Amino acid sequence: MSDVALVSSPNVGIAKSEENKKYVNELTTLNLGPTHPATHGIFQNILTMDGETIIDSEQTVGYIHRAFEKIAERRPFYQITTLTDRMNYCSSPINNMGWHMTVEKLLGIEVPKRAQYMRVIMMELARIADHIICNSVLAVDTGAMTGFLYVMQWREHIYEIYEELCGARLTTNMGRFGGMERDFSAEAIRKIKHFLSEFPKGLREFESLVKRNRIFMDRTTGVGAISSDRALNYGFTGPNLRATGVDYDVRVMNPYSSYEDFEFEIPVGTTGDTYDRFLVRGEEMWQSLRIIQQAMDNLPEGPYHADAPHYYLPPKQEVYNNMEALIYHFKIVMGEIDAPVGEVYHSVEGGNGELGFYLVSDGGRTPYRLKFRRPCFIYYQAFPEMIKGSTLSDAIITMSSMNVIAGELDT
Amino acid sequence: MTNEQIAQDLVAKFGEDKIYGIMENYGLLNVTTSVDTIVPLLHYLYQHPTFKFQFLTDLAGIHFPDAVGQELGVIYHLHSLENNVRLIIKLYVPIESPKVPTITGLYATANWMEREAFDFYGIIFEGHPNLIRILNVEDMDYHPMRKEYPMEDATRQDKIDALFGR
Repeated sequence: MSDVALVSSPNVGIAKSEENKKYVNELTTLNLGPTHPATHGIFQNILTMDGETIIDSEQTVGYIHRAFEKIAERRPFYQITTLTDRMNYCSSPINNMGWHMTVEKLLGIEVPKRAQYMRVIMMELARIADHIICNSVLAVDTGAMTGFLYVMQWREHIYEIYEELCGARLTTNMGRFGGMERDFSAEAIRKIKHFLSEFPKGLREFESLVKRNRIFMDRTTGVGAISSDRALNYGFTGPNLRATGVDYDVRVMNPYSSYEDFEFEIPVGTTGDTYDRFLVRGEEMWQSLRIIQQAMDNLPEGPYHADAPHYYLPPKQEVYNNMEALIYHFKIVMGEIDAPVGEVYHSVEGGNGELGFYLVSDGGRTPYRLKFRRPCFIYYQAFPEMIKGSTLSDAIITMSSMNVIAGELDT
Repeated sequence: MTNEQIAQDLVAKFGEDKIYGIMENYGLLNVTTSVDTIVPLLHYLYQHPTFKFQFLTDLAGIHFPDAVGQELGVIYHLHSLENNVRLIIKLYVPIESPKVPTITGLYATANWMEREAFDFYGIIFEGHPNLIRILNVEDMDYHPMRKEYPMEDATRQDKIDALFGR
């Protein structure tokens, strides 16, 4: 970027001189990335620019490709959960639980209601964490740093709740096949309740800074718009699709984990531009809060995991004192248990859209084939079309508002 | 609109020799088709007045080294958003000439999906506008998701399969 700015030597500004006329129709090639601070990940965009306008662009992806699908073919099912963490690392619990639900579908494990509600709570917290990042970073990219710093503390609170449930913060590896690893502790419940009562203030503060901010609106309205037809053709899902006006949400269309028990709305936009994407994510956070509130109010009593000893790792205390638990622990850890033959597709509403798992099992200890449907990978290819004809600064906020996450895109 | 209706309609339209392997996996209809039928089939499903399979959810490659003449497969995940019905269409091609017609003309999203399947399985999508590797490095000379390529360096001595139950 800096190279282009430095070209303005004293002579270049005089467009009318004969010397400069030959440059008038010349196009510039600009390398945006791979390590550009505004792309929030390792993405390369080779832009062809006519002056300030982007004529065309070409993307290079795969800089952090880690061959998860290949690795998964050598791993027992429970070891794959840690791979899913590292896809959309802004909302790892959703990935973890999506994978758990896929395997439960294959194995036919019925998850108790309490575990389902606990999952819903954690998934919605993860969605809030994901949207906080996207929206506040979008504000940063338009030049508003303050709001970002304000809401970051709320992500910290969410991470503390994760810690209560699984001990980890970013790559959570939360839950197990059949339910959750542990029940909500009193501290976890206190933290969730604290979050529910205090976060609305923080979110309102952020919205009051950004949502109707004149500068922010001027920067984002009409920028990076896509029509609903094109978005569907490009396989958009999640907030990016809903910003164009299509109310497709996996939580409603194919409810999983008791989402049908909760009352919430699907916010949709109209024009599919950056501002709409911002608004949809903002409203989704309020809806997530509603869901968490309902789940906390109606949290059923009962076991927090299914009785599936072949797949559910027993508690450590049991392993030391109980022979069966020791045997199952050994068999699970060493991957001695064969899965049934079958093919299963399961999808959940991830932070960015429909996160799907297509699992083909040939009856072995590992998947025969595991395909992750990563929403980022699928909708990022529309980026050149969305930024065509706009300026460089618009391209950056378009990318930011799409919430492209390198880990998920590249697996 | 049930899975049975869809299957019957497709068999009636394209014939039993083109639409076979009909089964249901966990409520999801699976059909297998042949290479020359896939494009008309997807167009038919897209334009069908009631089915309206207009959303391509995913496209996956797969490799079965033991199925002679049908080693490589392509799996299309379709979704009819209006009816909320999903459909999986599979097709298989021999590994010597893994040629499948592209569907980028129907679905813009198939562009990168097909590039991914080409990258990892070497399936050649004929007519694709830009069929180059997407996630792996350009100068890679093999397709790494095929089963014959081991995940780990095969020359390593310190990992003995028997000890790890592999």
